[in-house]
Amino acid sequence: MALLEVSQLDVRFALRQGEVKAIRDVSFTLERGERLGIVGESGAGKSVAAFSLLNLISKPGFIAGGSIRFEGQTLNTMSERGLRKIRGNRISMIFQDPMMTLNPVLSIGEQMVECLKAHRRISSREARAIALDKLRQVQIPSPEKRLDQYPHELSGGMRQRIIIAIALLLDPDIIIADEPTTALDVTIQAEIMALLLDLCEQHNVGLILITHDLGVVSQVTQRMLVMYAGRVIEQGPTREIINDPQHPYTQGLINALPQMATPGEKLNQIRGSMPSLSNLPSGCAFHPRCDFIKRADGQTRPACVEQVPGFVQTGNCQVACHMVAELLEDRRLKEESQ
Amino acid sequence: MSAQASAAAVNHIPAENVETATPLLQIRDLKKRFSLSGDFLEQLRFKGGKLVRHQEHVHAINGVNLDISRGEALCVVGESGCGKSTVARTVMGLLSPSEGEIHYDGQRIDNLSSRQLLPYRKRMQMIFQNPYASLNPRMTIQQTLEEPLRLHHPKWNRQQIADKVEEVMRSVGIDPDWGKRFGHEFSGGQRQRIAIARALAVDPEFIVADEPISALDVSIQAQVLNLLMEAQHARNLTYLFITHDLAVVEHFGTRVAVMYLGTVCEIATTATLFAKPRHPYTQALLSSIPRLEDDRPQHIRLEGEVPTPVHLPSGCVFHGRCPYANARCRQEIPLLQMQNDGTRVACHAVEEGRL
Repeated sequence: MALLEVSQLDVRFALRQGEVKAIRDVSFTLERGERLGIVGESGAGKSVAAFSLLNLISKPGFIAGGSIRFEGQTLNTMSERGLRKIRGNRISMIFQDPMMTLNPVLSIGEQMVECLKAHRRISSREARAIALDKLRQVQIPSPEKRLDQYPHELSGGMRQRIIIAIALLLDPDIIIADEPTTALDVTIQAEIMALLLDLCEQHNVGLILITHDLGVVSQVTQRMLVMYAGRVIEQGPTREIINDPQHPYTQGLINALPQMATPGEKLNQIRGSMPSLSNLPSGCAFHPRCDFIKRADGQTRPACVEQVPGFVQTGNCQVACHMVAELLEDRRLKEESQ
Repeated sequence: MSAQASAAAVNHIPAENVETATPLLQIRDLKKRFSLSGDFLEQLRFKGGKLVRHQEHVHAINGVNLDISRGEALCVVGESGCGKSTVARTVMGLLSPSEGEIHYDGQRIDNLSSRQLLPYRKRMQMIFQNPYASLNPRMTIQQTLEEPLRLHHPKWNRQQIADKVEEVMRSVGIDPDWGKRFGHEFSGGQRQRIAIARALAVDPEFIVADEPISALDVSIQAQVLNLLMEAQHARNLTYLFITHDLAVVEHFGTRVAVMYLGTVCEIATTATLFAKPRHPYTQALLSSIPRLEDDRPQHIRLEGEVPTPVHLPSGCVFHGRCPYANARCRQEIPLLQMQNDGTRVACHAVEEGRL
């Protein structure tokens, strides 16, 4: 059994205009020590997916269906008290903006000790020793001094190191990192990512990395999910998806990167923009932007407009696309007839 | 791909033209300081029984020299706080330089009054990073696009203005029927198109774009970048393009200037810079781009963090993080020096052949 099993997760927001389905039918698993990337553009639902894992969705949002199982316990129906034993302890989170995550009126040491004492019965002195050890692990210069400093005294990169140290405080099984390096400069980003990767490997911690940056995902994760308008549209081993994307959206996303084009030439763009979740197109949510809804004979494939595509297996990847499904079906029929 | 492929394909302009033609924009020894100590009375302190005036400054730009030739896209890259946006704003006259000169088409413009500057404002326009903040929320798109035209073409009649607005909206791919809507009704990519339309409305020849695609999603970034390149070809525009995204630079730029802590440490044509970065900072910067390929070279780790621009390090501003720094680097400020392939690098180690 996998460490974390998410099946058919459905999160909605009850708004005045009606219910908005932020994510639908999201299923994935995470093994111990595995690194999983969730990729998508803003509004794809990747952060909602991450927050709902720890039931951190606040009103008007709610988990409308599906289950999140961690070591056999169902998190989405668990009491707040039970959840508190898991949050920060077994599964911890790293957020995008380190300044917003740290408490500005407490020193770094106080925040770390507070976190340790909330979960373990230990003395302040023991807690401080653990905190110091974690600060050393994240390679902060002069860690003793940092314990008595306040967040505003530290630079952005340093703050994010502290956040990582706090995420590691209680030796969690899983770290969920929501755009952990987006607010940082590229040289700092590269260092923080390398550090996170090292620490996860060293301590055999599972990582769920939420990002919009395909470069980061391809370097850090082993498997990835691509999300579009609240659904997973492609999932599988990261290398396979990056090297040979099947879904037209994933292809478009990768081909739109400047490094995929000849300098000075036109970039391959995806036309249009992500639909609003309150007003999704029928059928496949990507169909108004998709170049493949027409068959070879010029006819629009009716399923694309009418029916939400289910997953089909190609190689080690699962893809939710009618076009891919049809190609596979054709191939199968051809092989059978021979 | 990258190096070899781009070396073969790059550049809208042959290199010799860049060297010989008089530059459209010249920046000479530009310095910009921001005071941190408030007004005169706030600067007064008691020290040893005496009243002394105490001033502290952020040294945002410390002696930048740049030439931009007609038709090229000069990209300025660097990390946050390196002064790249300050350069852009100073060029546009939104900030006045503390020292140094800015010449546009041979004419010094940094000391002109705003009335004298008006004809230049028509020729140079700016696109800002955040299209959510750069469009006036109380104006319709039509009003937003008409405003610069009314200012710069006071003699035009209503029909002329309406025609021009429609033309410019079409050219950036916005339906002219949307003119009655307000900025908040559009997505980020569409807003940025409107901001570009506003800049293009007065038919400028020079555009300063300050991180124009950083706030946009990946699939939208490509659309906007394509639009900027189309506009460049169609209107023969010159760009000063500020960005921190090196992948965009590699695709878009004719030449690149790398900035660190208010100084330019390397200027080269895009192909040369990506094929053969000289300055240790440029090398570190290039090695930290997250790439899709898995066989990428190991990234160069820099010691420490960018120092504060309030107390600048002595000598080379990069020496505290540079693996090649020696005693000379700690004392003497390196100047940009021409290499045999036309690249200019400010580094003692490169000059002495240590690197």
